Amino acid sequence: MSGQPVSSPAVDGARGGIQDRESALAKLMIAPAILVITAMIGVPFVLAILYSLSDATTGDPSIKIVGLRNFRAALADPVFRISLWNTVFFTLVSQCIVVLLSRLLATALLKKFRGKWLVRFLIMLPWTAPISLGVIGWLWMFDSIFSPIDWVLRYVGLLGAPGALLGAGTNLYYLGVPGLAISSIILVDVWRILPLATVIQLAGLSSIPRDLLEAAEVDGATPWRRTLMITIPLTLPITSIAFLFGVVFTFTDLVVVYVLTRGGPVHMTQVLSSWTFFKGIEGGDLAQGAAISLFMFPVLASVAILILRTARRTEVV
Amino acid sequence: MTNVRKLAGRGGLYALLAAFAFFGAFPFYWMVIATFKTDHDLFSPLNNPFLFNEPPTLDHLKNLLFETHFHTYLTNTLWVGLAVVVITLVVAVPAAYSLARWARGWGEMLGIGIFLTYLVPPTILFIPLSRFTSSLGLQESLWSLILVYPTFTIPFCTWLLMGFFKTIPKDIEEQAMIDGLSRFGAMWKVVLPLSISGVLTVVVFAFTLSMHEFIYALTFISVSMKKTVSIGVPTELVRGDVFQWGSLMAGALIASLPVAVVYTFFLDRFVAGFTMGAVK
Amino acid sequence: MGCVEIRGISKLFGTVRAVDHVDLATNEGEFLVLLGPSGCGKTTLLRMIAGIEEPTEGEMAIDGRVVTNMPPRMRDIAMVFQSYALYPHMTVYKNIAFPLRARGVEKGAVRKKVEWAAGMFKIGRLLDRKPRELSGGERQRVALARAMVREPSVFLLDEPLSNLDALLRTSAREELRQFQRRVGVTTIYVTHDQVEAMGLGDRIVVMSQGKIRQIGTPMDIYQWPADTFVATFVGSPPMNLLDQGDTLLGFRPETFLPADAVEGSEGVLTYPFEVTYLEYLGAERLVYGNVGEKSHARHVVSRLPGSLTLSLEAGKTYPFAVALRDLRRFDKKSGLFKGGGAS
Repeated sequence: MSGQPVSSPAVDGARGGIQDRESALAKLMIAPAILVITAMIGVPFVLAILYSLSDATTGDPSIKIVGLRNFRAALADPVFRISLWNTVFFTLVSQCIVVLLSRLLATALLKKFRGKWLVRFLIMLPWTAPISLGVIGWLWMFDSIFSPIDWVLRYVGLLGAPGALLGAGTNLYYLGVPGLAISSIILVDVWRILPLATVIQLAGLSSIPRDLLEAAEVDGATPWRRTLMITIPLTLPITSIAFLFGVVFTFTDLVVVYVLTRGGPVHMTQVLSSWTFFKGIEGGDLAQGAAISLFMFPVLASVAILILRTARRTEVV
Repeated sequence: MTNVRKLAGRGGLYALLAAFAFFGAFPFYWMVIATFKTDHDLFSPLNNPFLFNEPPTLDHLKNLLFETHFHTYLTNTLWVGLAVVVITLVVAVPAAYSLARWARGWGEMLGIGIFLTYLVPPTILFIPLSRFTSSLGLQESLWSLILVYPTFTIPFCTWLLMGFFKTIPKDIEEQAMIDGLSRFGAMWKVVLPLSISGVLTVVVFAFTLSMHEFIYALTFISVSMKKTVSIGVPTELVRGDVFQWGSLMAGALIASLPVAVVYTFFLDRFVAGFTMGAVK
Repeated sequence: MGCVEIRGISKLFGTVRAVDHVDLATNEGEFLVLLGPSGCGKTTLLRMIAGIEEPTEGEMAIDGRVVTNMPPRMRDIAMVFQSYALYPHMTVYKNIAFPLRARGVEKGAVRKKVEWAAGMFKIGRLLDRKPRELSGGERQRVALARAMVREPSVFLLDEPLSNLDALLRTSAREELRQFQRRVGVTTIYVTHDQVEAMGLGDRIVVMSQGKIRQIGTPMDIYQWPADTFVATFVGSPPMNLLDQGDTLLGFRPETFLPADAVEGSEGVLTYPFEVTYLEYLGAERLVYGNVGEKSHARHVVSRLPGSLTLSLEAGKTYPFAVALRDLRRFDKKSGLFKGGGAS
């Protein structure tokens, strides 16, 4: 070892500036994002809770806490109960359908075939086009006079003639008859989420290492067994994520209901989001609107926890 | 497998794909047809809706472009989109970099926190936010949207970019620091130029997400001239009580297709962002 | 020029001590190798010298300047990473020019230096290519040229040969050594490969679990290991260690030969050696077997040079011996060297 001493403080090297310090830079660079999120999501969220406990309206928007009466009023309101039920019902039914269909479609998309880019483009359209505009297309499909679907049904004789399977009327009122309106909304919900769920499932399926499946094949497993014992368990996390996201988007959706039915007929297709809008924004009852919207939160929080738990286990390999 | 079985399998596959493609694209196919059908053809329930029973017309397009505020909606949407893209880039890029590289422990928590904001939906926030924008005097202004849209573009784009930055090897930055740059300089001059495609993805998604947005636009803006295409088309193309279907479809078509095409190109990145890079 | 002094440097990751109170000082112009198994702290130590890792405790100085918390760009060092870390979006020219441009050197001077550095490593014809178009060996040269273009006072290398295939590795090793001798820059080199370390180093720093076990020339380390770790880590096959109460008796395989072949003017130790297995490796033979009575039989390896053509069979026992001067004794509990040689 050399006997030279480590040099005196007079010749001490500098420490560099803030542009060198990792922890300072890290905090600085993330600060704007944290600021935006706290100010524009955190604070409004707290405000929403406060509104729900107040009696604010657009006429008098000041917040005076009055307790839980908005929640009690909501629970007593039949339209609210319908929207609560609908929200859950539409979401569960549409998303279960989506999981199955998207799995099927994703499996098909794994194979090689011509024109894949075109098929992908068309399949993705419901998600890649602005949602409100896509739903406009459905508005025409479901029109009470001019629906092309009805035209086809009339053409093949299932509709419009005496003794026809679907009745003698010239049209089915897809958006006017409660049962049909509900089915129509569910259909459009499926239509909208299917592309998203499909690409997520596709990503999951294509990440299964081929060696695993080939080894199973060599071991003598049939295609069915391979699917059951390898593919499904390994893709369960990613399928769950697709499902949970679909649930979040459908559960909180306003667009489909607003554009197609405005919640009608007679509030029969009202969901929590749309009812919040009609009560809180159009109706001006801020407090009541806030209370209604907060009923969504417990479900969303649970879904969030589930997504996080599942995401931790999504490393397929 | 015999040839017949193979063929049947193949045929089945194509049939399945065709069915799904049909299901997805059908409303848009309608938009194309309705755009060019004459009103008379359109509104005759006995006419075959799939064919042009009368020669196609450009009237609806003309009406849309010259007699409605559609072009205003488009420019509104464009301005909002661009502004939101800029804000998103300025906020999300540093945040994503910070989280991807420098955060240990607290960073992971923060990353999850940012992701969780997704689960507070617009339908809970729009009431307080509408009061907030009013109090700022921004009601009926595009600025209300420019202010609020980053709340959903920033979390998603941060998440997307985080995954992207993680793929750039750490030693490139360390080498740059040894070669004479500060930590910040290394990020700015070496890592960012390598991340152009990530940044481009953010631009595309920030723009398309703001173009798609409906709820906030509907809540904050009711003045026709200030509307974006997403709310303008469904709410404004009505004369009296009757939808101007031809122009409506034309508007929907014009506003949908370019976005859809671009979005499709960037789809893989989108999925990676969504699954949080868990599936590579 | 090029003196790195390290006093009491430690690095903690949480509760794990990756580097544990290391003291070290380089000699000017030497090729110093940090050797040890993965996880021993050698790379962490190198990164602290470079400035990309901050020490938890201790002080560091380069050429008399205290650099302990100084950012890398202010230290006069250059580094080559195991992956070479070439900037993929820049040409070879721009890669090499980068350190100069980062310091504001003007274009004319930059060109001169880049051409000089490229010439030194014979990559002048590659200047317009991009990294992805280069072979492993070419990339390594570019990384070296980029490191040298600033003529730093200290040169750091983190296992730069491990990404090359075996054949290329030996010729690259030779070139590297010659280059360093020519330029005379103080070099600190990290590797886990003890053959590489022995071949390249003026001095070797053997590390394990964050601590320095021994610093010395290759001969010092090999002939007089400071403890059992160094004794068994350096040299392949490792030194034989026989249990003798509270002492471990050590001797290298090449000193354990058939009794007739051992020249022991100062005395020899003989063992009956029961051969269990032989490996013919061309230039030498490795003979594995046991010494000692059946109940205390210990596994021992002998390395016979190719010139020794005595035929041996598995299952048979032969008289083998070690010269007393080749014995090394280690304390069994601490592993430290106690004594050896002819004592």
